[in-house]
Parts: sequence; structure tokens; C-alpha cells
Amino acid sequence: MGASVLQNAMIFLGAALLFVPIAKKMGIGSVLGYIIAGIVIGPFVFGFIGTEGEDIMHAAEFGVVMMLFLIGLELNPQSFWRMRRRIIGMGGLQMLLTGILFFLFFFFLKGIDMNTSIALSLTFAMSSTAIVLQTLKEKNLDKTHAGKSSFAVLLFQDIAVIPILAIIPLLANTGSEIKDAREGFLGIIDQYPTITIIVAVIAIIFLGKFVFSPLLHWIAKAHMRELFTASALFLVIAVSWLMDLAGISAALGAFLAGVLMANSEFRHELESNLEPFKGILLGLFFTAVGSTINFGLIVDQPVKILLAVLLFMVIKSVVLYIVAMLFKLVIQQKILFTLLLSQVGEFAFILLGSIGELNMISKPMLDFYMAVITVSMIISPILLFIDEKYLSGKLFKSEKLDNEYKVDPKEHNEIIIAGFGHFGSTLGRFLRANGIEATILDNNSDQVLLLRKMGFTVFYGDVTRINILEAAGASHAKILVSALDIPEKNIQLSELVSKHYPHLKLFFRAKNRADAYELIDNGVEKIYRESIHASVYMGVDILSELGFRKYTTLRKANDFILHDNHALHKLSKHRHNSDSYVQNVKEEIAQQERLLAEDKQFMEHKPDNAWDKSKITAND
Amino acid sequence: MSNKKLLILFFHPRFEDSRVNARLVEGVKQLRDITFRDMYELYPDFNINVEFEQAQLLAHDIVIWHHPFYWYNCPPLMKQWLDLVLEYGWAYGKNGNKLSGKWAMNVISSGGNFNVYQKEGRNRFTHREFLNSFDQTAHLCQMEYLPPFIVPGANKLSASEIEDYMIRYTQIVHFLMNEQIDIEKLKLVENFNQLNADQWEHQFYKMQ
Repeated sequence: MGASVLQNAMIFLGAALLFVPIAKKMGIGSVLGYIIAGIVIGPFVFGFIGTEGEDIMHAAEFGVVMMLFLIGLELNPQSFWRMRRRIIGMGGLQMLLTGILFFLFFFFLKGIDMNTSIALSLTFAMSSTAIVLQTLKEKNLDKTHAGKSSFAVLLFQDIAVIPILAIIPLLANTGSEIKDAREGFLGIIDQYPTITIIVAVIAIIFLGKFVFSPLLHWIAKAHMRELFTASALFLVIAVSWLMDLAGISAALGAFLAGVLMANSEFRHELESNLEPFKGILLGLFFTAVGSTINFGLIVDQPVKILLAVLLFMVIKSVVLYIVAMLFKLVIQQKILFTLLLSQVGEFAFILLGSIGELNMISKPMLDFYMAVITVSMIISPILLFIDEKYLSGKLFKSEKLDNEYKVDPKEHNEIIIAGFGHFGSTLGRFLRANGIEATILDNNSDQVLLLRKMGFTVFYGDVTRINILEAAGASHAKILVSALDIPEKNIQLSELVSKHYPHLKLFFRAKNRADAYELIDNGVEKIYRESIHASVYMGVDILSELGFRKYTTLRKANDFILHDNHALHKLSKHRHNSDSYVQNVKEEIAQQERLLAEDKQFMEHKPDNAWDKSKITAND
Repeated sequence: MSNKKLLILFFHPRFEDSRVNARLVEGVKQLRDITFRDMYELYPDFNINVEFEQAQLLAHDIVIWHHPFYWYNCPPLMKQWLDLVLEYGWAYGKNGNKLSGKWAMNVISSGGNFNVYQKEGRNRFTHREFLNSFDQTAHLCQMEYLPPFIVPGANKLSASEIEDYMIRYTQIVHFLMNEQIDIEKLKLVENFNQLNADQWEHQFYKMQ
């Protein structure tokens, strides 16, 4: 096609911008959105992108590199130690069992030689860190048991890639020649890959300790934000380049570098600087995966590929389910855990690539397995979508436990609390301490089971679905409290409830002023902004520390909160309709200005005349 | 040789703007062996710790309610304190005798002078008459209600006048804590202001 870089970039970004929001609206997650965008622009559908999709995939693999760097950053020794049981227990078990099953399959059923079978079985034991972490974050599942366990297993896999990559060359038949060995020193590197890997790992440890940290210190002294961003990028790129030069996966180098920087004081700074790059590049990576799918191969032998995908995913799922059982996850979490990790991941591309380069398997076989990996990556988000929409809710119903939860209209609670995180649970405890029972809705199945054991009336599910609200007795209740962690869900719920259950008195949590405006627009009157009380009362204590009298300051604080709530309602009417981001920012600044003006007026017009002696001296 | 323990409960919602009470408190806080509690600072949200307050009362022999005289009465936190701390069955009523024999007293700062606090004056009643409800509160709790100490015309006092009142206040506190007092005789006095120094220093020793 000979398209320019600009044109390709435009096509990729444009497709992502078009399809990802649609995918999110449909609730199928951004990963699938990116992949679909890739398929659409790829040679199979519109053909905007030809074979250069693969080049772009290489470039976009850099997103995976950054992701691993960021994972590494999270992984300081303390947090690793805290998760050791999960990482080593669950991760190790998953790797071992999956490896054995795949080995049996390749060795006995396929008749592939022993060494290659070992290499392939380790390859297919890998799941996709990129897909799973993105999904966990998006669906707010990272605090659930399944989420934490998945993270631990992925971590084990990510770490395991390092030794596996080192072993694969050893497994290769010693007779096989190394393809296109490079000249000079690099040629030597190519001849002794195992030693190279060990040397490279040591080099990175050395670099992290004696080069990166001092470098970052030096940069930080310049006090220029963009320099820091540049140095963060430089760090990751340099490591990747070094590893690439050594013929090893750049992702692993970055992961190691991340681990090394995890204890540095620049951890958060690095994280926040790289996060946006990671997001975009990962998106690009998924898009590239979509665009490089070899549909020719799939069309040629669709049944064979689909069967292979099915078989592989079943093998992985069986093992995952067993692991989840051994580690005593509850049923919904078991299923979620299994579905989350059942795909074959991006590291399999890398490992398979290495296996192919060593001529351990034939080219057609390589292409075939590459296609299998890609298809399983596409199927995975679809499975999760199905689980979320249909399975997890229904499964709960089918459980015996749930029989007690058919709400008898005569026995319903008058209060429904949606969301039982920190906010909701504090409220629920307070109400319960006062003898008021509430019906609780939450989408964390662990939490649901725990609360049921404690005697709460709890329903599992997405509260923004009418049938869940109906089951919880919304048509008979008096009050509905929304204490959901995700602001968008709160707003969505307010829309839904004010339409379908106008009789309910609504008490809504709001993250901030902007969310509160949305809620006001949806007709909610009782709005509780998270920060307002805490921040104003913190002000009281600060003033007291400065020598102000507590009682006076507390009265002022209460006045201030009243004034602020009043201003909230007043300013919500003056708000322009702002849809675009830019307008939002402008609007936000304008709002702040108006707010400060209101504050000033409030202070001027509400002097504290109580007990003012200057006015009553006449009384003697 | 202090032999009585004295508790000053100070209630002032706007202490930061007070001239007179600032000085009075400063003086009285210097005294050894008294417990001074700045109640509006301790309970700005009116959430009084009843058990703790009761323990304080039990640990002392004399309680002084020190407060400005707003609308012929005590500030709202003090009323809250009375309502919550003086519980039925504890301070009064059946088996309510925990405060029996203790002494109670008001120390007040008043905007109006004595001349407006009299039958012919604008306020028609004396300070002591307005304080009758506290007298009766103490009485119901089997406490002895002492004559009040009043700082009148508090808004117009000169610095030296304030200084005099402060010294007087510390002398009274010292006297209550350390001297043998004929309580029946003292109760006949309308207020501490009416006693000049040598009167109360010599008249109320209990003759043994």
C-alpha cells in the first residue's frame, strides 16, 4: 500500500476512536473494541491496512513493554511478600498443571518431539496480562478475590517468561542452525543465547542500581516536568533497545527495570508519566492484533482452528477451575477467575516467535498456532461479557442460598442501599446500629456472601438493571441510597430510578461538584458530596491548631457547608450545556470563579453578630 | 493546706472576643489545685461525655459555673450540660444522691449594672432572683447553693476595674477551698459582691 506513517497513524487512531466508545457503550469492554477496530481496518474487511499491520504490531508491542514496566514498578518486595501465597501457590500450580496437560497433548497426541512439546506447553500456559488487567480495571474488579488471584497468576507467568525464554534455546536441537546469525560481537550473542540472557539480566540490575537512579535524581533537580517524562520514556526505550540488541524480549527487560525502580522514590512519578503512553500503545497493540489476524488461514480451516482454540481454552479453564477450587474461591469468583485467564496471551506470541526462530516447528504450524492465540484473545473478552451479562447474575439465583432471597413484599426493608463499599458499609453499619435494616445491592460476590452470613439482606448484581432493583423491592421501598464507587454508575442509577420509581426518596453519594450537577439534573435533591464535610472539618481542626476557638469555627464550618450546598444548587442552573472536554475545562474554571465570588459575598453578608457586645453596651 | 477540691466549669461561646472573662480566667487558672474546664472548647459540637463529666463532679467538692449572663440565663451548652449530666437516679430522684453535700455556685459576667437589676430597674429583678433556677437545681441535687459572684457592667469596665474583679475572684476561690466556713451563715448573703474583703475573711469561719 505504501501508505505513509501519518496515514497509518490516522487510520489506527481513527478506528479506535470510532469503535472503542461504541464497545464501551455496549458494555463489552475496550479491549474487544480495539480488536474489532483492527479487524475492520485490516485486510479482511476494508483493507485500509495491509501487511504493514505486522510492523505496527511490533511498534505497538511497546505498549506491552510499558505495561510490564509499570507492573514491575508495582512490585516492590513488600507487596510481593504479602502476595507470596497467591503468586507462588496459584501461579505455580496453574503453570505446572497447564504445562503438564499441554505436554501430554503435544507429546502423545500430536507426536511432537519431547523438547518442542515442553517449549510449546509452556508457551500455551501463558494468559494475557494486557487483556486481563485492562478488563479488571475497567469493570472495577481488581479488588475482588478473582481479580487479585488473577493478578497473582499473571505475575507468576510474567516472571516465568524470563527463565522460559532462557530455556527454549537449550531445548532446541543442538544441530539446528541459528538463522541469520549477525556479524561480529552480535554474532557471538546469537550463538550463546542462554548466557546472553543471564548477562543481560545482570546488566539491567546493575544499570537500575547505578545508572538509572542517579540519572533520575539529576533530572529531578532540573525541575522540568517534560524532562522527567522524557527520561521515563528514555529509560524504558533504552532497556528495550538493549534487550532487543541481545535478542531477548524487550518486555522482560522492562519488567526487570520496573522491579528495580519499585523501591525508588520516583516510583509514582514514573507511573503517572508513563500511564497515558501505555494506554495508547496498548490500544494500538490490540488494534494491531485485530488487523493481523490471518483470516485466510481461518477461512481455509475454520473448524480446525476453532476446535484447537476450544480445546486449548478448555484445558486452561479446567486447570484454572481446579486452582480456584483449591484456593477456596466462591462459585462466581471461580468462574470469573477461570474466564479471565482462559485465553492464551501476548507472551505466547513472543515465546512462539522464539520457538519459530529456532526452527523447532514448521512455518505452517507456527502460523496455525499464531492464529489460535489471536482467536483465543478475541474470544476472551466476549466470554467475560457473557459472564457479566448473563451468567454471574443467574448463577447466584440457581444457588440454594438464594431461595431465601425472594423478597416477600410484606417483609421488604424500607431502605435500599446500592453499593456496599467503604461509603455504603459505613452508612449500613450506622443504620443497623440504630436498629434500621436495609436491603443491600452489591456486585462483589465475596462481599455479598459475607454480608449474607452476617444477616444482611443482600442482592448480587448490577444495580443499574431494573430486574435487580425490582427483586430488591424497589417498588415497595421508601428510600433508595446510592453509594456506588463509580460516579458514572451513580448517575446512571439516578436516571433510571427517577424514571421508573418516582415514589422513592433518593439519597445519593457524589464524588464531587461536577457529579452533583449531573445528579441535580436527574432530579436528585439529597446529594452527599464525599469531600465537603471531611475537608471543611479538617479546616476546623487546622484553625483550632492556629488558636481559633473551636465552637466559633465549627459554627462557621456548618454555615460554610450550608452556603456551599446552596451555591451548588444555584450554580447548577447557570451551568451551560457542555459536552466537549475543552468546554468542560473552561466551564470548570468559570465555575470556580463564580464559586469564589459566592464565597466572598457569603463572608461579607453573613457577619457573626451573636454575642456582639459592641451593639449591646447601651443596656446598662 | 487545701482541703476542698474545686472545679470550675467555664461556658463561653465567644471567649475570643471577651475582655473581662479572658482576664478572670487567666487569674483563676494560676491557682493551684483547681480544675478548670473550658467547656465550649471541649464540646464545640455539644456532644457531652456524660460519664466523664459525672466522674469530674464526684472527684470535686465545689463546682463553679462560670459563664456570661446572656438573656438572664446561662449559655446553651451549660443548659445542655445540666440536662445531660445531672441524671435522674444519679443526681436527684430515687437513689439520686451522688452530689449530696457538695457546693455549687455561679460566677457571671453581666452587661447590665446592679442598678438595672433591681425592682425599679429596667430588668425588674436582681441577679440573684434570676439565678433562682440554679439555686433550685442545686437544692434538688442536695447541694448547697452559694451566693453568686457577679461582674456587672462588664462591657464598660476599665482595665484596672477588671484587674480588681480578677483578684476578687481568685480570693473567693482560695477562700472557698481553704477556709473553715459556716455555710448556713454564708448562704444568707445575697452575693459575694456585697461582702468586702475583711468581712468575708473573718466572718465565716466555723467556730469550733
